Amino acid sequence: MKFGVAVYPGSNCDYDTYRVIRDVLNEEVNFIDYRETNIKGYDCIILPGGFSFGDYLRPGALASHTPLTGAVKDFADKGGLVIGICNGFQILTEAHLLPGALLPNAHGKFVCKHQYIKVENNNTPFTNNCEKGQVLKIPIAHHDGNYFVDEDTLKEMEDNGQIVVRYCDKEGNITDEANPNGSIKNIAGVCNKEKNVFGLMPHPERAAESILGTDDGIYILKSILNSI
Amino acid sequence: MLIKFYIKPRKGVLDPQGRAVAENLRSLGFENVKDVKVGKYIEVYVDETDREKAIEEAKEMAKKAIVNEIIEDYEFEIVED
Amino acid sequence: MDEKILSAHGLTLEEYKRIIELIGREPNEVELGIFGALWSEHCSYKSSKPFLKVFPTDAPWVIQGPGENAGVVEIDDKYAVAFKVESHNHPSYIEPFHGAATGVGGIIRDILSMGARPVCAFDSLRFGDPRNDGNRKNIKDAKPIAQGVVKGIGFYGNCIGVPTIGGEVVFDEVYAGNPLVNAFCLGILEKDKMYRARATKIGQKMVMVGSATGRDGIHGATMASAEFSEETEDKRPNVQIGDPFFGKRLIECTLEVMQKSLIEGCQDFGAAGLAGSTSEFGSKSGMGVRVYLENVPLREEGMTPYEILLSESQERMLYAVDEDKVDEVLKIAKWYGLEAAVIGETTDTKRMEVFYKGEKIADLPISAIVDDAPVYDRPRKKPEYLEETQKFDQNELPEVDLKEAIKKVLSSPTIAKKEWVYRQYDHEVGINTVVKPGSDAAVLRVKWAVKPEINSERAVAISSDGNGRWVYLNPYEGGKRVVAEAVRNIYVTGAKPLAITDCLNWGNPENPEIMWQFEQATKGMADACKKLNTPVVGGNVSLYNETVLPDKRINVYPTPVVVAVGVLDKPEDAIPSFYQQEGDVIVIIGEVDKEPIVNGSEYLKEVHGKVTGDLPPIDLDMELKLSSFIRENKKLIKSAHDVSDGGLITALLEPAFQEEKTFGLNINIETKHRPDFELFDELRSIIVISTSKNNLPKLEEEAKKIGIGFKVIGKVDNDSKLTLKVGNAEIEENMEELRKNWEKTLKELLD
Repeated sequence: MKFGVAVYPGSNCDYDTYRVIRDVLNEEVNFIDYRETNIKGYDCIILPGGFSFGDYLRPGALASHTPLTGAVKDFADKGGLVIGICNGFQILTEAHLLPGALLPNAHGKFVCKHQYIKVENNNTPFTNNCEKGQVLKIPIAHHDGNYFVDEDTLKEMEDNGQIVVRYCDKEGNITDEANPNGSIKNIAGVCNKEKNVFGLMPHPERAAESILGTDDGIYILKSILNSI
Repeated sequence: MLIKFYIKPRKGVLDPQGRAVAENLRSLGFENVKDVKVGKYIEVYVDETDREKAIEEAKEMAKKAIVNEIIEDYEFEIVED
Repeated sequence: MDEKILSAHGLTLEEYKRIIELIGREPNEVELGIFGALWSEHCSYKSSKPFLKVFPTDAPWVIQGPGENAGVVEIDDKYAVAFKVESHNHPSYIEPFHGAATGVGGIIRDILSMGARPVCAFDSLRFGDPRNDGNRKNIKDAKPIAQGVVKGIGFYGNCIGVPTIGGEVVFDEVYAGNPLVNAFCLGILEKDKMYRARATKIGQKMVMVGSATGRDGIHGATMASAEFSEETEDKRPNVQIGDPFFGKRLIECTLEVMQKSLIEGCQDFGAAGLAGSTSEFGSKSGMGVRVYLENVPLREEGMTPYEILLSESQERMLYAVDEDKVDEVLKIAKWYGLEAAVIGETTDTKRMEVFYKGEKIADLPISAIVDDAPVYDRPRKKPEYLEETQKFDQNELPEVDLKEAIKKVLSSPTIAKKEWVYRQYDHEVGINTVVKPGSDAAVLRVKWAVKPEINSERAVAISSDGNGRWVYLNPYEGGKRVVAEAVRNIYVTGAKPLAITDCLNWGNPENPEIMWQFEQATKGMADACKKLNTPVVGGNVSLYNETVLPDKRINVYPTPVVVAVGVLDKPEDAIPSFYQQEGDVIVIIGEVDKEPIVNGSEYLKEVHGKVTGDLPPIDLDMELKLSSFIRENKKLIKSAHDVSDGGLITALLEPAFQEEKTFGLNINIETKHRPDFELFDELRSIIVISTSKNNLPKLEEEAKKIGIGFKVIGKVDNDSKLTLKVGNAEIEENMEELRKNWEKTLKELLD
């Protein structure tokens, strides 16, 4: 499988994502500069976490107007797999590849912690290696992870199975206490109608080795491998 | 009454946001962009009918809470109901 | 020469006379600015240099000691770590958010300039007590300062992608008008790919890369050397704004040109701006420098040469580049969206010559600016307050309700859980953080994917400490203890302590009592470093941390912040601070039978309202024995946590408050001393360890062999109850209640 990790000015988790794919999954992986438009030959493009363009103006806003993001749109239209992690998720919403928007966390602070999420839909290329309802422990680290979408679109998304993962407690209960940032309906990750584009706030690449506290991220990463 | 605050980065102080937006605009083809300043627009609705009092209040609010005078400049406008 | 002009440049009349002697004439305005910045306390260390000579700086594993932008220590046969701690105190009082943020930016660039990829940050913070907010005259509230500083550190560190993985936060009134913000950074590199802040040949080009230059912080260096008074409120545009986005671009650009061997030396821009970096380059290289100010990329119109030379705009680096490689370097910088320009070259004149549009505007011997800066042997006098404090006898203290005392100490802001702070920092980016904030030391893997590719088996352990109260009560012993405590937090993790970096935060050096504290503390620190074999590989001095009020002056406690670094063979070897299993036995090791003394303790302050008492000498031989014992028996030790702030009771309780579980404790401490002394003493060398029942006999045997005290005092339970018997006192408490008190303080005070 050939993975491409997008690198925007200010991306941080590009190195982490690259390392996990190369050394933990043992798959082929390249960095792709934000000015590049030729992304032929990739099976999956990853928009990594970080602070592209410093998160200036709005997180993901400036990155969504770059040549690479344009090429990723075409890639996705043709059915290619795209996963946006944290800042990557923000870029995908700004680029309208995914519905909704990520607002500042309700409590107004940056939050970094290990978070439980529940797999609501395991019928996607990113969650097919999980059980439905499975609880995964994956770190979050963000200031603007508060997912928002209007009521009508939300209903559509629920009907289409586009809500992929939601914040929950250790036992899988979807509660206010378990919601780290105020997201509507505890939404942690969503996909598009066609299910080939997925965005989530938690960082699976930070949960790929047990020495770091949890390796539940492997479920998501292995799902992608299964899909090709 | 409505107090409208227009807040900008103070003259001479670095505006990292403005700089990044200017770079982005230029890369999208707007090559005549010289500079960008990114600020804030804040609306404060107050229960007040005396314009003079509102002006005084606005200055106090700016000083105490809304504006960081070390790094920001501001203007304000009073809009009566 | 008008004294007011001199004073605006931070120079005294004597210093001005010295300048004239050194250069043979009166300096012009630009030259005066150069001297003012480079002869400031912050840049020249003129009051502290004589005393820093006592520090040991060498060991077989030290590749680079003090003198460069950071110290470098090897961790295996291929890789090394570069690290340093620096202060950004004064800007953090004026503008907490940006003051702290630019402090983080600055130290990251220091590490970067050594050729290392910055991979973690620590911060050591001291604020006024927020419980006193609203009651101070002429001093700001502590809460907004604490909020701003933490947000600023998060803003910069998170954005630039360097995880903040640990630190400490102390609250004490002495810091109210003068908060301390000490920022530490550590980077990783290949041993033989280190860079220095110097050029390697005459005629080599100096290339400036990064942000365009504006009017930021002119006179910042002199501000750091002045005290805070009411007038300071008006010194506004001195606070620089940092841009971590540009900082990140600068990291990637710099590492790329280093990887491609396109540059020969690297220096970052700090205090004293272009004047500082170029003259220091010259001085270290033994060469002269020629600077062309019109080549400097500017972001403001109408800047004067003086402003260009002394501006402290952030996110700028200086590279020494061979002429034939300049074009390639400029190309790479532009690729990363950075400004870049050749702003000068090295010469054989040993002078600093500054030109602006063809006109020479400054011409000074580099030795005059850098090496011949004045050095003061300031008068010192033993402080009078010590007569009182060292007389204190703890037996005068009334008995207390033990349960109440435990609650009070555990929930005091300095002891309370620091989660409110570290949740705001991304402590996981880089995927190397093995032991996260909340333990004795942070533990970091040493790996990076590319640029550079680093793959060490080892892990590094990092911990910071700086108990200013101790140093105030007995500067010499306090100095020793601060080093010993930082080192202890390293070996308690099972790591071998390697070296330390220090930031000495002191008050006004023109006060002989303050200077006496400085001399004594540095002696104590040096003695501890020698005995523990942890040399000082770099550091920083911040003086004039004094709040000047209309009716009095408040000096901060003499606060030497020490950050210790150690190495583990592999990350899996790290011993956790938290209890692991119900049924495990709890043992205290070390000076278990020594008389407990609560002088200078958190208990004495929080419960009795006193900061007093002398400090008994610390037994460094015992520390060495404890270090060997723990490291040699790590396979048998399931958890280890040292006794320090908050005493033995705090060291027993904290490990029970695990992330997802609260253990119960059944403790019985046989002692003939007063129970409160036993529980709250912070001065004995004692470690709380836990082990399985099976391993207990073997551990006890090893302890006897090496000659350390070993006392079984209880066990870990599953029932959320604390059953504590100490001497004749017996108490029972609900662990969940205790935990709640410990967890909610900072949220209540700072949210």
